[in-house]
Amino acid sequence: MSPFLFWIFAVLTVTFGAAVVLNRNPVASALSLVVSFLGLSALFMSLDAFFVGIIQVLVYAGAVMVLFLFIIMLLDIHVEERRRINWVAAVGGTGVAVILLVQICVVIGHFQSARRIFPPLATSTTDDVWHIGRLLFNNYNLPFQIIGVLVLVATIGVVLLSRREPR
Amino acid sequence: MITLGDYLVVSAILFTIGFAGVMLRRNLIVIFMSLELMLNAANLSLVAFSRFRVGANGLPDYNAQVLVFFVITVAAAEVAVGLALLVALYRARQTTDVADITSLKF
Repeated sequence: MSPFLFWIFAVLTVTFGAAVVLNRNPVASALSLVVSFLGLSALFMSLDAFFVGIIQVLVYAGAVMVLFLFIIMLLDIHVEERRRINWVAAVGGTGVAVILLVQICVVIGHFQSARRIFPPLATSTTDDVWHIGRLLFNNYNLPFQIIGVLVLVATIGVVLLSRREPR
Repeated sequence: MITLGDYLVVSAILFTIGFAGVMLRRNLIVIFMSLELMLNAANLSLVAFSRFRVGANGLPDYNAQVLVFFVITVAAAEVAVGLALLVALYRARQTTDVADITSLKF
């Protein structure tokens, strides 16, 4: 867990995360989100969570972002026209977000464990897929199957929602 | 050295960016992307706590990573349903701007 790499990927993730919100073009937002997710995946791997890092790339940078780009293309959305900015709403929204950030940072500041470094692992573990899989199929078998039903229901719902109404 | 707090602060900043995106942006697709950003910020702090809580056997607490797995699965399902709703809305109203959807506005 090199500090140098941590700061590179943290800055990358936060910068492109901000670019998602600041870009006016939805396509640019989506591509910024891909870079942000890749940086986040690198942060996961710096925490020895290789499985989570890989499914982050596969599910988010792969499947979800393709879905986003496909919908943007399907709806043919261009750069949104410059509306008159509602300054009260903009300042209020930014203010609430800043208050939230300050509050979380104060909580982290009062959290004693946050100043400690990560304890070392017994061995360099690259078999975390095995451990997660074992937990998933033993301790969390019922939630796992409920998730399966949820995905099935979501699939049926999506098909039903995107069906054209017969006239 | 990198402490637990550093990861938590990055997670907090990422969550705040997503929150600000939901509050400030008018385009529904960008609001969805901001929601994803918030979910991933929560995932980052979960994984950081998982790595921080090393058990007696010298392994991270994998329960948190199972929870991250569930969050990612539910988020993927949520994006699929949300984008389908968006397409249905666009067919009905020809807009993806929240300022144009005022049927429920008091």
